[in-house]
Amino acid sequence: MSVTSTQRMLTGNKAVAEAIAQEMERDPRVFVMGEDVGRYGGIFGATEGLFQRFGGERVRDTPISETGFIGAAIGAAAEGMRPIGELMFVDFFGVCMDQIYNQMAKIHYMSGGNVRLPMVLMTAVGGGYSDAAQHSQTLYATFAHMPGLKVVAPATPYDLKGMMTSAIRDDNPVLLMFHKQLQGLGWMAPIDASVGVVPEEPYTVPLGQAKVVREGRDLTIVGLQMSVHWALTAAARLADEGIEAEVVDLRSLVPLDKQTVVNSVRKTHRLLVVDEDYLSYGMTAEIAAMVAEQALYDLDAPIRRLAVPDVPIPYSHNLEKFVLPNPEKIYKQAKELAEQ
Amino acid sequence: MAVPADKLKWMYETMIKIRHYEEAMVDAYGEGKYPVFNIGAGPVPGEMHLAAGQEPVAVGVCAHLRPDDTVTAPHRPHHHAIAKGVNLQRMTAEIFGKVDGLGKGKGGHMHLFDPEVKFSCGGIVAAGVPHAVGAALASTMQGRDSVAVAFIGEGAANAGAFHESLNLAALWKLPVIVVIEDNAYGISVPKPASTAVPTNEVRASAYGIPGVRVAGNDPVALYQVAQEAVDRARRGGGPTLIEVETDRYLGHFQGDPEVYRDKDEVVHLRQRDAIQAVRQQMVADGMATEEELQAMEQRAYQVVEEAYAFARQSPNPAGESALADVFAL
Repeated sequence: MSVTSTQRMLTGNKAVAEAIAQEMERDPRVFVMGEDVGRYGGIFGATEGLFQRFGGERVRDTPISETGFIGAAIGAAAEGMRPIGELMFVDFFGVCMDQIYNQMAKIHYMSGGNVRLPMVLMTAVGGGYSDAAQHSQTLYATFAHMPGLKVVAPATPYDLKGMMTSAIRDDNPVLLMFHKQLQGLGWMAPIDASVGVVPEEPYTVPLGQAKVVREGRDLTIVGLQMSVHWALTAAARLADEGIEAEVVDLRSLVPLDKQTVVNSVRKTHRLLVVDEDYLSYGMTAEIAAMVAEQALYDLDAPIRRLAVPDVPIPYSHNLEKFVLPNPEKIYKQAKELAEQ
Repeated sequence: MAVPADKLKWMYETMIKIRHYEEAMVDAYGEGKYPVFNIGAGPVPGEMHLAAGQEPVAVGVCAHLRPDDTVTAPHRPHHHAIAKGVNLQRMTAEIFGKVDGLGKGKGGHMHLFDPEVKFSCGGIVAAGVPHAVGAALASTMQGRDSVAVAFIGEGAANAGAFHESLNLAALWKLPVIVVIEDNAYGISVPKPASTAVPTNEVRASAYGIPGVRVAGNDPVALYQVAQEAVDRARRGGGPTLIEVETDRYLGHFQGDPEVYRDKDEVVHLRQRDAIQAVRQQMVADGMATEEELQAMEQRAYQVVEEAYAFARQSPNPAGESALADVFAL
């Protein structure tokens, strides 16, 4: 085997920051606004090094004024800029949801397509580190529910860079969620999935294409971000017992790549959907309903869903562990499903 | 500082246009809604917030604006739209929900977008203020000298978006003018019941920017104040907050029983009608003859009539077009 190129490894946060930097180099309309995105480099490192490279005009620290600066990003986008706003934690959406739901998501439609908002709102999601109910949510479905927003949630450094680049170049408002545990931050328990191969040159990963990250014949596990990595861990253990799980990383909630999911279900005839968001009215329900509509008769067993059981994310470690999905729970559900 | 004759004539003709537009809308909106008021019926369904009496605010400010300057307006937007030069036929078609509307019938009266003249409005109180801040930021970053004006009602001055936006605009010294239309009521709540400050321009001091109040629904006084604010913004001097005392002749929305104010109040307000005052002033100053004034009035009426005719003849959009325009292609 010959090494044809350097396999450069980056953490998730550096992959995001590199995408933004390269797009800022390429397009003077791109700029960043948010709390602590300047010298600090973003609480989750998504703007690391950008202030030093591009200065305070294009990498703007804002007051704690989410309505103000997300609204301003909308206004600037309507005038031909390509702003990137950062909502520090997705949980903070409550103070600025009008700008996201009623403004950012709807203006293109209400204008009959005459006003474009080429902007990105990036935000940190996810728990697992006892940050409790107001700093641990993913809220995937909350945003995916609103027509007019593209909602993407990459699971690897490679996808983080490629999808951020696509998001910046997209003429629509894109909500890009990065998972805190996948940023590779020094102050969080390290996990292997937060580091990965990332090419140095700019590239895009399309928004709205799921990816089969592990092929298998016995059942399909659908997830995104941490659920994918948990599913892969569970799949390795299942394989030891002769059960081959296919793992689908949705990567994008809107647009949703239904075909990849349906194709996988037609192959495996069994489906487990895993979500780090709340169970009811969420992504697992959407995927289950979609499969029931399009591939019901391909199923050999009822669809299973594993998600946060409709409680706020608790603080105490044991409580949080109880409500969040993990490889052990996925393994158990998948094994039962495969043997059903 | 007098208002130049051409500007005053434009202000007068535009106020006539707005007044006639709003009065015609009272009738159009009423079609098909009675005897028992049905908000969803008739050629113009939904809520309708009209601005008769508030014309001075729109013309006093927009007289200084160019097509490349941005205006964001609230739920009561027709006077701003007309003064900013929004395509009146397509605006009216939008309000009638027609295919030729500014938003192909998807927006309606509270959601008018005309990027040609950089106008937008929306139905959420104070939400347009940060958009104006962003437009001003874009102007600055793009090296242009265009400014952005956010019109809001006095009730919006109590919303978080207003304060966050003023702070941002002041911090970044952006070319923004926030114009508060104080028509004394937030729907039914009188101003003294919603804020402890008697007038809102004092809030400018909290952000270290100039704040000016214009009393008496006076378009000439506002013209002068707005000129200073727009000039300052254009040369990089930062934002200004202006509060204008103005008069709402009609209800908060059409169909408003207006139980919160005396029936006589509007009668009194109409006695200081700015349109008539400007007309009399122009005659007294010899700025325009009676014939000229009548010609202007005729022209304004005709433009409005043509807009309504255009809207009425435009087709309704096909149902399935509701599926388009969710995303830019």
